[in-house]
Amino acid sequence: MTAPTTPATPSQDPEEASVSQDSEVLAAAAAPIAGPIRSSLASQLGQRLALRLRLRVAGPAVALGVLLLGAPSMFDDYGIGLLSKALALGVLAVSVSVLAGYAGLPTMGQAAPFLVGAYTAGIMGQHGQDLGVVQLLCGTATGAGFAAVTGLVATRTRGVAFLMTTLAIGELAVAVAGRWHSLTGGTDGMYGIPPVRPLPGTTQLDTDGAVYWYVLGACAAVVALVWRVLRSPVGKLLLAGRDHEARMRSAGHPVAVHRWLAYVAAGALAGFGGVLMCTVNAYVSPADGGFATSALVLLAVVLGGATSPLGALFGAGLIVATRDWLSGPFPGHGPLLLGLMFIVAVYALPDGIAGLRIRVPRRWPGRQRLARFRRPQGPRRPDQPERPERRAGSA
Amino acid sequence: MDALNAHLVPAVDGVAYGLLLFVAAAGLTLLFGIGGVLNIAHGTLFALGGYLAASVSDGSWSSAVLGLAVAVAGGTAGGAVLAAGTLPLAGRGHLPQALRTFGLALVGGDILSTVYGGDEHPVKVPGSVNGMVHFFGHVYPTYRLMFIAVAAALAVAGSVVLGRTRAGALLRATADDRAMVGAMGYAPWRVHTALCAAAGALAGLAGGLGAPIIGPGPDTADKVLMLSMVVIVLGRPGSVLGAFLAAIAVGEIETLGVSISSDWAPFLLFGMMAVALAGRTFRSSGVADGVAAAPGEAPA
Repeated sequence: MTAPTTPATPSQDPEEASVSQDSEVLAAAAAPIAGPIRSSLASQLGQRLALRLRLRVAGPAVALGVLLLGAPSMFDDYGIGLLSKALALGVLAVSVSVLAGYAGLPTMGQAAPFLVGAYTAGIMGQHGQDLGVVQLLCGTATGAGFAAVTGLVATRTRGVAFLMTTLAIGELAVAVAGRWHSLTGGTDGMYGIPPVRPLPGTTQLDTDGAVYWYVLGACAAVVALVWRVLRSPVGKLLLAGRDHEARMRSAGHPVAVHRWLAYVAAGALAGFGGVLMCTVNAYVSPADGGFATSALVLLAVVLGGATSPLGALFGAGLIVATRDWLSGPFPGHGPLLLGLMFIVAVYALPDGIAGLRIRVPRRWPGRQRLARFRRPQGPRRPDQPERPERRAGSA
Repeated sequence: MDALNAHLVPAVDGVAYGLLLFVAAAGLTLLFGIGGVLNIAHGTLFALGGYLAASVSDGSWSSAVLGLAVAVAGGTAGGAVLAAGTLPLAGRGHLPQALRTFGLALVGGDILSTVYGGDEHPVKVPGSVNGMVHFFGHVYPTYRLMFIAVAAALAVAGSVVLGRTRAGALLRATADDRAMVGAMGYAPWRVHTALCAAAGALAGLAGGLGAPIIGPGPDTADKVLMLSMVVIVLGRPGSVLGAFLAAIAVGEIETLGVSISSDWAPFLLFGMMAVALAGRTFRSSGVADGVAAAPGEAPA
């Protein structure tokens, strides 16, 4: 069933894998020849690889940067508001990408810590604490605390059981938020939240543009942090625990603790996103953290390419743009466009947005692919399966 | 005795609701447990069946039968669309398929709301079962009693087909070893298409039969999908008996639970699911870790 019906992907992957494989094989083959030659050859190849890496990451990052920095002069207030919302959801999507892509835990309840963070910011705002930095720190802490407790149970489960356990946690959080009137305002939501002051000594953010710059700055800082951490050995530990759990355990790594820590970190990220969402909307209601949000964000991650935080950001942006912006001429039919986009995207982008490849001519001889977008964990090894979703299917 | 008396009607209601959930979830558990497709569009197929039955029925027996036939046909056609959509993604795992079926569900939901509008569509059941029956000093809708009988018959028929016929054996074999079934000469795409169509037909049938209980409306699809997912996960995917017990339990929680304590009702269903899943995991991991626990393995 699998062999004839999976088009496009397998034909791309071996080629790409063989590129990095080739250079490694070459370097290894050159080893016995002579010391100086080997080292210069290896370093040349290493430089070439590093250049390709840099181009692949820099391309989309520059494109995204130009779009985001130029946005205030390109869009009206509504568009800017949507973009701020997409960034806040994007942080949530990045947290899901850490869990689903790196820890191998696709979650359906990540909107719960998001909601906790949003309510934290809302309550602080209503009680006169309108400093953005403080709200962000507290929202991150409450999101992490929520995840630390729920993670004790959730991370013991796997696969569909994890999906449904997190779904239950998410629905329970929404039910609590809807009934705890004294704290959350119940199902009516919490309104009258004053605008924030980003730092001590600054004025309140009272225009859409100002809120956008604040959200963009916070979002860029946290995504850069996540990207840096995932490229460190932390990311490798998570990926190894995802793909070779038994081996990692035998080697003495506490895989269950790593998984729990990833869950807590993702909860902290989601709480951060929730604070930003509260700042953008100046309103929090239980509906912000429902099943629909969790599902859309998980799909944003699938759309973006599971192990790419940048792809997750793109995915969230694509979903918000399709649902709320492109559907402008067809009021009420946003879901239709979104549905069509999903149906097409899952076929057209088998590796997600982060898996997009563009062929460009090269100066040096030999056919190689220059990839525009890449995943953050370095060149693929032939023995390291990269896509959790595809592996899961064959199991 | 008073308490028992007061809760008798909700308890019977719970059985009817649970049987409806069982018929609805049977298609989902078939497709997920055997076909490996996490079908987000299942609730939409249920709603489609309900809308079709509601638009055909006018209160006569012939129209009721016609309505059911139309609902089953619509569900089967929807299942065929689903098969066409998911076949190219075979072997790519649950998430891409969920993305595709989610897209289909969004498109289908938009078409349904455009055609039928945003209102609930009441179904006219035949006059002879539209009344009330009296038992033990209570009144109860006749249709629901009849539904209990019909759904129980369906459950028995379903387990006989799955457990005692050649087609059922083929499906169970597919769940165990897909490649071997292919090697035996059954084209995988045919098995997959038949599975999707059967699941769609079950969803349409449940929608048509259950329309007087969960009426077709804008929220129907999400509600049925969510409850069906709870049922199949609690009953373990692919298990008919497990799904049956879980469906009855969920039905009782949704009716008896609400009538006993309405304050806790919103927490009951998902609270119970979280406890059940966690309990199951701790039990199974306790067995596994007892043999092969690594030092420092316990979570912080």
